[in-house]
Amino acid sequence: MDSKTRDILEILENNARATPEEISALVDMPSKEVEDSIRHLEKVGIIRRYKTVIDWELAGEDYVYAIIELKVSLERRQGYDAIAERLYKFPEVRSVRLLSGEHDIVLTIRGKTMKQVAFFVAEKIATLEQVQSTSTHFVLKTYKEDGLILEEPEHAKRLPVSP
Amino acid sequence: MERMEDCRFVAEKVKNVPPSGIRRFFDLVSDNEEIISLGVGEPDYVSPWHIREACIHSLEHGETSYTSNSGLIELREEISRNYTRRQDLYYNPESEILVTSGVSEALDLAIRSIVDIGDEVIVTEPTYVAYIPSIVLAGGKAVPVPTTREDDFRVKAEEIEKRITARTKAIIINYPNNPTGAIMPRDELETIAKVAEKHDLVVITDEVYERLTYTGKHCSIAALDGMRERTIVLNGFSKAYSMTGFRLGYILAPEPLLNAMMRIHQYTMLCAPVTAQVGGIEALRNGESEVQAMVNEYNRRRRLIVKGFNNIGLDCFNPGGAFYAFPSIAATGLTSEQFAQRLLEEQKVVTIPGDVFGKAGTGFLRCAYAASREDIKEALERIEAFLNRL
Ligand SMILES: Cc1ncc(COP(=O)(O)O)c(C=O)c1O
Repeated sequence: MDSKTRDILEILENNARATPEEISALVDMPSKEVEDSIRHLEKVGIIRRYKTVIDWELAGEDYVYAIIELKVSLERRQGYDAIAERLYKFPEVRSVRLLSGEHDIVLTIRGKTMKQVAFFVAEKIATLEQVQSTSTHFVLKTYKEDGLILEEPEHAKRLPVSP
Repeated sequence: MERMEDCRFVAEKVKNVPPSGIRRFFDLVSDNEEIISLGVGEPDYVSPWHIREACIHSLEHGETSYTSNSGLIELREEISRNYTRRQDLYYNPESEILVTSGVSEALDLAIRSIVDIGDEVIVTEPTYVAYIPSIVLAGGKAVPVPTTREDDFRVKAEEIEKRITARTKAIIINYPNNPTGAIMPRDELETIAKVAEKHDLVVITDEVYERLTYTGKHCSIAALDGMRERTIVLNGFSKAYSMTGFRLGYILAPEPLLNAMMRIHQYTMLCAPVTAQVGGIEALRNGESEVQAMVNEYNRRRRLIVKGFNNIGLDCFNPGGAFYAFPSIAATGLTSEQFAQRLLEEQKVVTIPGDVFGKAGTGFLRCAYAASREDIKEALERIEAFLNRL
């Protein structure tokens, strides 16, 4: 990948709303070309989607998040991918990861209440044939997510004029 | 209050140092929420966390003593390795590297170690504000040589040669340049090197912005044939690693010159701050990816601001390094001073008038783009509004 394309991706990763005109000035490329390049990146799936990070707590909508560790047993002709698929099709499941180590799969789940999440795990996840055990951890506070620090960012305290 | 100039206790050589134009401008700026400053000559990033963390760790483990005069050997070894990787030039960490309290101290040592009373030192203008005062304080005479927009602010060998006298001892060059952002490619450095050799001059090269080079690759004049023995390289951590407040720099020079600087340093500074030195080791060992990320972002801002100035009708030289844009405001009919002052009063944007950096800066403004993209965009809009009302 050439450095300009990389640059475009980096800019969009930090601000999905950057317009082709803005990006054009930053990477020194005509905005028409930036537009074409973005369209191509979208088409081949390098740009998967544009996402907005929302502080739901601030918006007054409380969500409960939980991390669920699973041990699974593999069945004949069915690998981890098949189990993962059964899991990720639930909309409550926000992420599914295959792990090395003690547990096989880890999920994040979002729900409205702890009770709702607990029931979901008990009824939908733990009951799956391949799932041997589950271990549920409710999230108390998130400090950093997807590379974004959720506290006030720090700024260099500089004098307004210096040599 | 009695002026310093009238005070009978103050030494003449201090009175002879011209007051800082930047300082004067600083006094005009109040701490005001609405102000956007393009007047800051330092990175807007906090030092990378891994560097701060290494310093905290070292403090927790009681590393609070003096180090050897020349600096921690591990740091000098990292500097040597790092420099060889970038410039293909070897300096012996035992005898040719001195760790200093910033390039500021390094500059003072370099000048004091070679200048006798009345010796002349050639400086390129527009110039970084510390060069001439440092020369004056050492009892020397600063001889400015102008650089121009037409020459991309690169100093011409013949302009240097015209100013050489029997007393000329050294030339100071600074690429990438503060305040113009100019860089100097290898072939043009060759012509300067020839003059230095022909007249047996020392070259002091301030390369503190070396890592912030956006077009091509930085070349040190020390790397040119025959130049190593007469070159003093100054470099540091302030700009590349966003470590201005740590006060950490270094000098690379052949042994006799290094020993001369060491003679002064051991009595006047003793050693650079130990915590900063620990941070420097961490920066050189593990800082590369953060440097790259910062350089990439400066580069985007550089394009944004240069294009922005040209779009609103201020002719702006395309700087190849550092983090300064140096647009011409001559077409407005205002002096740099008037422009900067009125821009501050009317639109609350801080810029530095070009003539603060010497006569050759007349008609220009220094605008540091070590500021967020939002601030740069907002500043450009305000400058445009200011121009429209002239
Ligand atoms: C050209 C130049 N040299 C030296 C310095 C001082 O650097 P340090 O922080 O290492 O003393 C600066 C800082 O603005 C500079 O612009």
